[in-house]
Amino acid sequence: MSGVKINNVGKSFSKEGGTVTPALEGVNLEIRDEEFICLVGPSGCGKTTLLRIIAGLETPTTGSVTIDGHVVTGPDPKRGMVFQEYSLFPWRTVIDNIAFGLEMKGVAKEERRQTADRYLEMVGLSRFRDAYPFELSGGMRQRVAIARALANDPDVLLMDEPFGALDAQTRNRMQKELLCLWKQTKKTIIFVTHSVDEAVYLADRIVVLSSRPGSVREVIKIPWARPRDRTSAGFADVRRGVLEMINEAENAQ
Amino acid sequence: MNLRVNREQQKRLLGIASLAAAAVIWQAVADLIVADPFILPSFTDTAAAFVNLLGSGRLLADLMISLEHFTIGIGAALLLGVPIGIAMGWFRIADAVIDPIIEVLRPIPPLAWIPFAIIWFGLTPQAAGFVIFIGAFFPILIGTYAGFRSVPKIFVEAGKVLGCDTPFELIRHVALPSAIPSIASGIRISMGVGWMCLVAAEMFGVSDIGLGYSLWQNYYHYAMANVLVYMLILGFLGLFIDRIFRNYVDRRLLRWHAGEVA
Repeated sequence: MSGVKINNVGKSFSKEGGTVTPALEGVNLEIRDEEFICLVGPSGCGKTTLLRIIAGLETPTTGSVTIDGHVVTGPDPKRGMVFQEYSLFPWRTVIDNIAFGLEMKGVAKEERRQTADRYLEMVGLSRFRDAYPFELSGGMRQRVAIARALANDPDVLLMDEPFGALDAQTRNRMQKELLCLWKQTKKTIIFVTHSVDEAVYLADRIVVLSSRPGSVREVIKIPWARPRDRTSAGFADVRRGVLEMINEAENAQ
Repeated sequence: MNLRVNREQQKRLLGIASLAAAAVIWQAVADLIVADPFILPSFTDTAAAFVNLLGSGRLLADLMISLEHFTIGIGAALLLGVPIGIAMGWFRIADAVIDPIIEVLRPIPPLAWIPFAIIWFGLTPQAAGFVIFIGAFFPILIGTYAGFRSVPKIFVEAGKVLGCDTPFELIRHVALPSAIPSIASGIRISMGVGWMCLVAAEMFGVSDIGLGYSLWQNYYHYAMANVLVYMLILGFLGLFIDRIFRNYVDRRLLRWHAGEVA
């Protein structure tokens, strides 16, 4: 049971000189267990900030985030995070990166190696078990980052434009693999992206944020089964609709 | 691959040839142009002096003492420099409190500490070690500080969401490994500075034995070939220590780092 409740969350950043920039305002959202949510919106609308608040890396100025009734107060391994940039520890091999969270939990060496091996296999990189991150391609690095987050067995997986830096082909393949992993692990996933195409392909529901200060403008349910056909007319319609919403939000600024 | 090996061999051969040529030129200049072993002892004079000093056991005794001084100084610098550098690099308050003191002490040349080294420790290995410590401490401190200051934020956040929930865990598992390249280069610089301090400390009478001390004593006795032997030993030993350290760091600690930088 890993429902995420976002209650009236607002966040403003104060800069030197006393100017206060509001980034988010009155965000309300309820996410069900095992749901796949994509956050989209005009650039600078605070979607990454919202994700970081859920992760506990930022504190909201108003409101709160609760997960299973517990208020989020700081980072916790129960909420896994995959970052946009490469966040693997370059001094650790692939397997030791994946085992990092288990090591912090105090899991015995043998056991954490076994668990890490299982997730390594799940992302199809067993061959690169003892490689260092610099020896991997961008797509492989993000796969290891996903395995590293999953190895902690989190309730919620937070993903901040994880495929943003990848080429289109790799990106499409990673999306397919992610859906596969989602089906296997049954995690709740909150996924930030600036690609509407990606959101329509992946999400159960797309949450469109308004421009700064961001709030929920629209929630669009995508009822189709997966895998989805990107070339279908329905897909194009939804994509156009979401894009228009984002454009309007951008122009309204 | 074969070509590569040949190129490595070629480089090594050229190095040896270059050193041999330098020795020949040295010998020729000393014998034919200077022709005064007091002003410039020749290569063969120096080699003979080396054999002599080695045979008497004096050179080895000096060497062991100097290495003892060096170990004391570098060891103390590591023991204090790394933790203080970590504290200053990681905790704002520690930086604000310690930095002014460091800034005042740092410009004092290590050799200016020699009088107090003698008064505090007497003519003991600790006294020479202290002067080396002063020279070696700051590069280690600064290397550690800089390394901790430039830990990428993303690694710290990744550490946090993966379950590092105390500063100690973050330092131990994220910041320290990330800072190791910077700490290692601080140590390397400190060993160079420490080596120079060693010679100066011994020369200025912080010890009555050691490579630096003997170099100076031989000068008093106008044994210039012996002076040259000690000079060359100091040079080769410094080079040797640096090589060992660099090899260790590159092979063991920083295999990952080679792949991360251009």
